[in-house]
Amino acid sequence: MCRAVDLQRAVLAKNEAAAQILRTELTARGTTVVNLLSSPGSGKTALLERELRLAVERGVSAAALTADLATENDAQRLARSGVPVKQVLTDGLCHLEADMVARHLHDWLPESTRLLFVENVGNLVCPAGYDLGESLRVVLASVTEGEDKPLKYPTAFGLAQLVIVTKTDMAEAAEFDEAAFLHNVQQVNPGVEVVLTSVRDGRGTGALLDRALAAAEGNRVHTPVMAQAGA
Amino acid sequence: MHEMSVAVAVVDQVEAAARSRGAVGVESIRLDVGELAGVVADALAFCFELACAGTVVEGAELITRTVPGTARCEPCAETWAVGMPPKLLCPGCGAAAGELLSGRELQIREVRWADPDPAAVARHRQPITEES
Ligand SMILES: [Zn+2]
Repeated sequence: MCRAVDLQRAVLAKNEAAAQILRTELTARGTTVVNLLSSPGSGKTALLERELRLAVERGVSAAALTADLATENDAQRLARSGVPVKQVLTDGLCHLEADMVARHLHDWLPESTRLLFVENVGNLVCPAGYDLGESLRVVLASVTEGEDKPLKYPTAFGLAQLVIVTKTDMAEAAEFDEAAFLHNVQQVNPGVEVVLTSVRDGRGTGALLDRALAAAEGNRVHTPVMAQAGA
Repeated sequence: MHEMSVAVAVVDQVEAAARSRGAVGVESIRLDVGELAGVVADALAFCFELACAGTVVEGAELITRTVPGTARCEPCAETWAVGMPPKLLCPGCGAAAGELLSGRELQIREVRWADPDPAAVARHRQPITEES
């Protein structure tokens, strides 16, 4: 014998509530969060280091929270830019959750921070499901990862508000089919902007900072079809 | 594996509901998992076994239903199954899907509570002799 109860509650409600609180708190004090997702080895840290240096040059107060399963190498590298950097060790957890971000900001993030870049754990599966209170979600992929990456990780690419291709200086050697990649991105996320970058030759450098500042100024960001989800 | 976090969230929510209604056990939990929710049902089932151990949910059956992704086009009013990987460009006119109708669900649809077995309750009330 049993009784049926319809709970009808989203299982991720807890994280979404925490993310909403964080977004409201940070927005109120003028801080905009940018959530960066990619596979390991995509060149995310190198690009972020470049953008942070640019932010310092332009007098934009930025900070970075970088998550890794174990080492602190990324934090040391990002700290060379001169902006406040904090490492989050997830102890094996494959993604960040909103309350982890909130905990780490406590007693660390300067009040005046305009942009907070959150470098998520290198993984295109798990982090995709978690809102971190960001106002801009960016997915990065390098030319060495193949054109079908957006189709293999449709949730990550489908929920991105900006897609950045890295290491384009290696495109020829990697036989990267740019048109096929763009087509695949549009299939899972029609209308999303794709920026081509190379830290080595400077192409597209600054685009991430520009888009982040635009989001901070309240400019409308892309709403992916998958994010409109009638769930 | 973020399925572990999803499994923990399911167990937490069902446990909270069990506490508020004084339930002693759970027979089954039905979950709706959208095709585009980014959750692997097998991995979730494995994590659920681990997550519910030692809780009131232990022993419950987890029944997942995959909800297909569907989208609709504004200009031509076409509705289509987006498939996996999802095709979010209209097969009729090529425009971007105006709306995703389904496929991102991650919801507990139903919980069946196990009613206390009167005989078992009576047995528990008796002093338990320790085995040597
Ligand atoms: Zn159409």
